[in-house]
Amino acid sequence: MTTSLADVASSDAALRAFLHGLPGVDRVGADQRAAMLGTRSIKTTAKAQAIDLAISMVDLTTLEGADTAGKVRALCTKAVRPGGDAPSVAAVCVYPDLVGVAAEALKGTGVKVASVATAFPSGRSSLEVKVSDTKLAVAAGADEIDMVIDRGAFLSGQYMKVYEQIAAVKEACGTAHLKVILETGELSTYDNVRRASWLAMLAGADFIKTSTGKVSPAATPPVTLIMLEAVRDFRDATGRQVGVKPAGGIRTAKDAIKNLVLVNETAGDDWLTPDWFRIGASSLLNDLLMQREKLATGRYAGPDYFTLD
Amino acid sequence: MFEYAPAPESRDIVDLKSSYGLFINGEFVDGSGPSFKTVNPATEETLAEVATATSDDVDRAVQAARKAFGVWSALPGTERAKYLFRIARIIQERARELAVLETLDNGKPIRESRDVDLPLVAAHFFYYAGWADKLEYAGFGPAPKPLGVAGQVIPWNFPLLMLAWKIAPALACGNTVVLKPAETTPLTALAFADICRQADLPPGVVNIVTGAGETGAAVVAHPDVDKVAFTGSTEVGRIIARTVAGTGKKLTLELGGKAANIVFDDAAIDQAVEGIVNGIFFNQGHVCCAGSRLLVQESIQDELLAALKRRLGTLRLGDPLDKNTDIGAINSADQLAKIRRLSDLGEAEGAERWSPACELPDRGYWFPPTVFTGVAQSHSIAREEIFGPVLSVLTFRTPAEAVEKANNTPYGLSAGVWTEKGSRILWLADRLRAGVVWANTFNRFDPTSPFGGYKESGYGREGGRHGLEAYLDV
Repeated sequence: MTTSLADVASSDAALRAFLHGLPGVDRVGADQRAAMLGTRSIKTTAKAQAIDLAISMVDLTTLEGADTAGKVRALCTKAVRPGGDAPSVAAVCVYPDLVGVAAEALKGTGVKVASVATAFPSGRSSLEVKVSDTKLAVAAGADEIDMVIDRGAFLSGQYMKVYEQIAAVKEACGTAHLKVILETGELSTYDNVRRASWLAMLAGADFIKTSTGKVSPAATPPVTLIMLEAVRDFRDATGRQVGVKPAGGIRTAKDAIKNLVLVNETAGDDWLTPDWFRIGASSLLNDLLMQREKLATGRYAGPDYFTLD
Repeated sequence: MFEYAPAPESRDIVDLKSSYGLFINGEFVDGSGPSFKTVNPATEETLAEVATATSDDVDRAVQAARKAFGVWSALPGTERAKYLFRIARIIQERARELAVLETLDNGKPIRESRDVDLPLVAAHFFYYAGWADKLEYAGFGPAPKPLGVAGQVIPWNFPLLMLAWKIAPALACGNTVVLKPAETTPLTALAFADICRQADLPPGVVNIVTGAGETGAAVVAHPDVDKVAFTGSTEVGRIIARTVAGTGKKLTLELGGKAANIVFDDAAIDQAVEGIVNGIFFNQGHVCCAGSRLLVQESIQDELLAALKRRLGTLRLGDPLDKNTDIGAINSADQLAKIRRLSDLGEAEGAERWSPACELPDRGYWFPPTVFTGVAQSHSIAREEIFGPVLSVLTFRTPAEAVEKANNTPYGLSAGVWTEKGSRILWLADRLRAGVVWANTFNRFDPTSPFGGYKESGYGREGGRHGLEAYLDV
């Protein structure tokens, strides 16, 4: 990290001055840019390539109160072999108590285990609870932790508190990768999305993630665009690359491809791998598989040809 | 790594004829002059042969318009509105065909003709259709009268859109028109003639005469034309003003520009970069209100230029019919020569030239997106309108200096201001001598908004309520 950024988190005032000194985001312009990139026409070979890339970037997710070991095992099976010769997805994302089941099912497959933690999805608990939630998941075999930030603290301007929580969770992660969920639907302005992105990156996030999937709107194209700009600018400033994960509301292959276009034309090639870009989703995978089949055969197969897990 | 496969829009939807005549009194007729070729600037392929209207042909067109004026101006506004609404709907129905035709003849990317030109064309007709029966409420007196026959000469940069800007208000007010499209882009105007027939517009209300400068001069000079409207270069605008002087013809001119796009250090940088790109590379810079002078506050010059250059690296230049193309072809060999001459002059005068790595097609007229840095007010490229994808970057230190430099041009068509500070936008808007001042955006058009210039950028306004005045006897 460059010296200019080293002192940024030395005090609430310094952190605030830095975050509020970032260039603003003009909502109209950002929406326009995202909409324009949404008109890119990805066809034939490019589409085939994009669909396989998108599949390999999926964090296949189940975050329901009704989740069971059986359900998670079924999802893991699908994650490893989604169907035909389609590539494996990047990770399976579950609640902390089911990490053990997923880790067992995915052992040796290359598919990662991701776990939400830190009193997901609201984040309304003490730092102590958040840290032990994280440790529990890591101990059970999670490769990646998806934490939520304290939106209340962020919106009331307690940036240092948010920073310290992220840093503490990062430490509790050990070697596990930390994805920081900003829950952009609750941050409400694009300026806040940019500030929260930088705050998370400064505090040590390996990935910044849009949403929990429990709040609407979730991963809208302009929000993903702004976060991609943030990781691009952060790398320019510090030399450290941070990944991006839009999650929630990405249900169709078309949506997924639009996300890849955003990456391609904003952050660039370096982010177009599952190491640096993920898509958090559940129903998306089947649409990707369906479009993949359509491209290969020229026909749409009925929904019953794709497994519901 | 992620290469977009070609995604060409099909040209099958366009039914190109091998030759086109003039549209006079509701009929397609042969021209008396030698026909000329119109080519696809992206490939140099000849698209069609087009008739040249001589002064006799123009005279017939004006007579037809004069005859139709009696019928058309006597129609109640509600009836004229019906025709205009019908034309607007047909344009929407045939939008894809017209977009492809525009792209073929002009060289602009299909994304722009599809997403910008055609929606605006239809919107213009819808908007002025709405005025046709409400003219008494437009603020020009209780029963404003039309002028008569309007002679209209339009440029090649937005062929169909400029036609809409001219014809829609003229017809709504009860005038009839003789319109001459540019010689390099006549095809969509001729397609519009077909739309007039499809809409059962009374013969002679719209007449289209094709040809080069001489045809345009005949339209402008014709003694029975009551109103002249011209969009194009300041040079030709001067000739027209001289021709029309003392004749009692009403005149509106929309001419050149050398707009300043002013970026302050507190601007939303990513959106400002988009605005700079949209300001000068939209339509290959063939835009009279293009933001061809970037005035950047010196304190963020390096940061902004780095971001701009990175962004320019992602522009996709090539086949205009490909849906992913951002930069199309230069409209003609002549225009390409002019852009080259001025760019070479920029280099010779000491400005630093830069273009992203960008492969130009072998055939057709192409020029890469180009940025000149280290430009001073005294450089030719900071003063002359280039009308191409060439941006001159200048710097300023204070808001007052920005205003001084922005206004220090004989032109005054448009300007852009980029800052997150609202009070500064208002302060600048009061001081910038430009017909349009865009705040945190650029090249945004709307039929409800008046458009026109200060100083050598012309006079009169098109669009909005103000646009009616040019076609009413007030």
